[in-house]
Order: sequence, then structure tokens, then C-alpha cells
Amino acid sequence: MSDMWLMLHYSFAQHALLAATLIALTCGLVAPFVVMRDMAFAVHGTAELSFTSAVAGLLIAGDAVRGALVGSLVIATAFALLGRRPREGNTAIGVVLAFGLGLGVFLLSFYNGFASAATNILFGSLVTASTGDVLVLGGLALIVVVVMVVIFRPLLFASVDSAVASARGVPVNALSLVFLVLLALTVTEAAQVVGTLLVLSLAITPAASARRWTADPLKFVAVSVAFALIAADGGFLLSLALSDTDIKASVLIAFVSFAIYLVSVVAERLRPETGRQVSGAVA
Amino acid sequence: MTSVIDTETAPLVDFRGATLSIGDRTLWAGLDLSIARGEFVAILGPNGAGKTTLLKALLGLMRLSAGSVTVAGKHPSRGSADVGYVPQQKIFDPDLGLRGRDLVALGADGHRFGVPWSKRAVRQAADEVIQAVGAHAYADAPIGKLSGGEQQRLRIAQALMSDPQVLLCDEPLTSLDLRHQEGVLDLLDRRRRDCGTAIVMVTHEINPILPFVDRIVYLVGGKWAVGTPDEVLTTERLSQLYGSPVDVLRVRGRVIVVGGGESPELSHHCGPETLSA
Repeated sequence: MSDMWLMLHYSFAQHALLAATLIALTCGLVAPFVVMRDMAFAVHGTAELSFTSAVAGLLIAGDAVRGALVGSLVIATAFALLGRRPREGNTAIGVVLAFGLGLGVFLLSFYNGFASAATNILFGSLVTASTGDVLVLGGLALIVVVVMVVIFRPLLFASVDSAVASARGVPVNALSLVFLVLLALTVTEAAQVVGTLLVLSLAITPAASARRWTADPLKFVAVSVAFALIAADGGFLLSLALSDTDIKASVLIAFVSFAIYLVSVVAERLRPETGRQVSGAVA
Repeated sequence: MTSVIDTETAPLVDFRGATLSIGDRTLWAGLDLSIARGEFVAILGPNGAGKTTLLKALLGLMRLSAGSVTVAGKHPSRGSADVGYVPQQKIFDPDLGLRGRDLVALGADGHRFGVPWSKRAVRQAADEVIQAVGAHAYADAPIGKLSGGEQQRLRIAQALMSDPQVLLCDEPLTSLDLRHQEGVLDLLDRRRRDCGTAIVMVTHEINPILPFVDRIVYLVGGKWAVGTPDEVLTTERLSQLYGSPVDVLRVRGRVIVVGGGESPELSHHCGPETLSA
């Protein structure tokens, strides 16, 4: 354990911790809306496609992160354009996903660099985060947090009842697009840490866990952010503590996130139902 | 039951020669309809006759093809505080992270960008409306865990948050049992008596609403009839509207509409649906 604190003196560990924190913050913030809007598949699709754009970035500019960021905007736009009617959404994502993954593997066959660059895309690599990467992540986190705070109530309204929200003057379609772009940015960021394959453990699981504790939307989001932070930072610190075993941080992050979920589900079962004194008596 | 309809002031809803077509299909043409303060009007007709579309025209979500319409003296516009809207019931997901209290508050500030939480005044107003609709016992429970009737009360509470002059309800009785149907109707009736709110309700259920409604708008295949239930729900009037024989039976205080070769059990709600297409 003392290894862990010792390692935190190194700048690579500090960068990694900072990166994990920034990513957990944004993921925890968007996750409740992902759950409310039933967009798990969109998260999955964006995450897997960020593999394609990361490979493209690697190939064209030698930089996976920036490639993935640009790619995520293209992907969000493609999802939005193809899935304009509500029921088309998942089908459109499936169509884009199938083509995109093929394209990613195709592009990878032209890449002659280090093979580890490709595995990093799939499984994430916190410890390679540079000062520049952390700054990019910080800038993105700032954008996501500010926009989410500003659109919070209209987005909540549109997410729970789009018909009434639209009648009340909420720009439902525009908000959908804005959220899709925020989601794409967030997922791409998260993919840097936990990797494309494990993104769901930060972009969905914290909200699924938080919902077991509260139905108050604001507390829901706050608890979701807290759980994402515990999972990301906790998972990373664990990986430092277990550094001689060579277990990847992303794996431990996914494990901690799932452990929180299990605890939350059990806690909900054990708790007496609250907030409902009279069961269906007056209606 | 004393009348609360106020015909002295300007009508709250005023259709004049209103026509609405989608593509080359005319839903209704030349509709003249004035709804007064405190009036309770039901819109009946087979599926696809343009009942919901009529509400959408009042919400400013659909534009008339011809004629004019005003709501509270103004052209309908999206987001108007003069109009409350209770949409066709969609049961909330049991796992939705929202309490009844939050749904109601969204009716007042759900369209506002800026801070994520409601102001104290909104929270207090929501609490008062929740008390008024009798939903305080379950307002803090996750909304998806409530019964259909409880959810419907909270939706009505949400629609009342902007203190509307006109309340539009789309099939608010569907999937409710008789007791809950009466509860919802009582609530709407009380609102129009206390506040003079005009109630416009699209419905398939004729019989539960008969004790409450002042007038009926019956839409069928581009044609329409407006009048009291006794004027509109007659064999002659409906046969004329449908353009084929329709029988209106009154059995033990219930109205049964039979026509188009359908059995009475199938057609007791809204008449011969098969003729509408």
C-alpha cells in the first residue's frame, strides 16, 4: 500500500489521477440522462466508433486522442441525421456501427507503428496521459459541465416527457442534438481512460447505481458523479497498489463501478420503501 | 348542477371557418367553435378524425390550412402560459429518476435554461397544486412506481402550474378504472368551477363524461357537429355525419352508439370506427 502513495509523487501518476477525475466528472454528469433517454446503445456505438476515429487519427496525424475527438463529432452528427424519428435511433446506430468498426479494422491494417497504440485504444491507458492530454481533457470537462448545467431543466423536461416539453416551448430536437454531441465528447474522453470496451462502466453504471438511492433528479446526478469519481479514482489507486500484478487500471475501474452497483441494488432491497406513506389510497 | 359558463366575456377558444389538411387529406373543414370561460367541451369521433390534431392546433404545434383560431384572444403559440396540456397517457418507466413533485415543477420552469434547480417560489407553487389535486400522499415517490390514476393526477397538476385559462386533455381517462375516471373528471370539473378554466378533452369514453360536459364536438371524416350531448348524440345527427345508418341507443342512462355493422360491445365508445378510414 505504501507503494501507492510513493507512486503518486511521480508526475505520470498525478496526470493519470487528474485525467481519471476529469473523465469521471463528465461521465457521472451525463450518465443519468443516458439512462433516462435510454441511450445505452448510443454510448456503446460512440465508444466503439471512437476506435475507428482514433485509428484514423493515429494514421493521419499520429495522434489517437485528437482523431477520436474529431471523429466523435462526426459520429454524433451521423446518429442525429440518420435517426431523426425516435424509433429509428437504435437502428441507425447499428448501421453506422457496423460500417464504422469495419472501417476501423481496415485502417488498422495500414498502421505500422507500435501495436500497443492499438490496444491502448481498446482497453485504455491512463498512465500515458501527458500534460497536453490532461489540458485537453480539462477543457472538454469544462465545456460539458457548463453546458449541462445551463440546459439541465429543459433537457430533463425533454427527456421525461417530450410531448409536453415541446408544447411548453422547449426546443426538443435541438436539445437532442446538443446532448448527443456532449455525449460523444464525454464517451470519447472516457475511452481514453477505461478504453473503448469498458466505457459503459463509467457512462452508465454510476447512474444505474445512483438511481437505487434516490429519485430526486438533482441528487440522482450528484450521486452519479460521486460514484463515477469513486470508481475512476478508486480503480486507478488500486492499480497503483497492485502495480506488481500488471492488472490494467481500466479493468479495476470497471470492477469498482460494478461493485458499487451491486451494493446499491442490495441496499435498495434492504431499505423500506420511502416517500410513499399512503399506498394508492387517493387517486 | 348550476352553470358556470361565462358567455359575457370573450370566448377563450375561437375557431372560425377553420380547416386543417395534412397532405391532400382534410381532417376537418370550416369548423366554427367558440368555447367560453368555464366551459367543458369533449371532442369525440373515430380514430384518425383529427381530434388530437385539433388540440395541436390550439397548442400552436399545427397550423390551420384555412380559417382562423384564437386562444385567450391570441394566436396559438408554443409555450403559451394560457394553455395547459395533458398529453395522451404514456406510462412512465418504473425506473425513471423523477418524483411526482419534480414532474409538476417542470410545468412552471421546465423550459428555462440556467440553474438546474427550481426556485423556492416554484417549489411552493408545486406543493400547493399537488395539495389541490390530492396527490400529496405520493408526490415524493418515484413517478414510475405510481398507478395510472396517480400519474394522471400529477400530469394534470403539471399542466395547471402555468395557471392556464384553457386546459387541453388528450384521452385522460384511457386505462383508468371507473373510480379513477371519476376522480379525474371531478378534478377537472372543480378546476373550471373554481377558476373558470375552459376544459377541452379528447376522449373515447362517452358515458363517464356525460354528467360533466356542456357540449360535444363530434368529428367524422372531414365533417363535424357541435352541440349539447342531447343535440349531437342522436340517430339522425350521427347518421348524417357518418353518411351511413348509425343508431344511438339510450339504455339505463347510458348512451350506446351502434353502426357500421359493428356489435354494440365494440362500438359503445365512439361509434363505427371502420367508417372513418
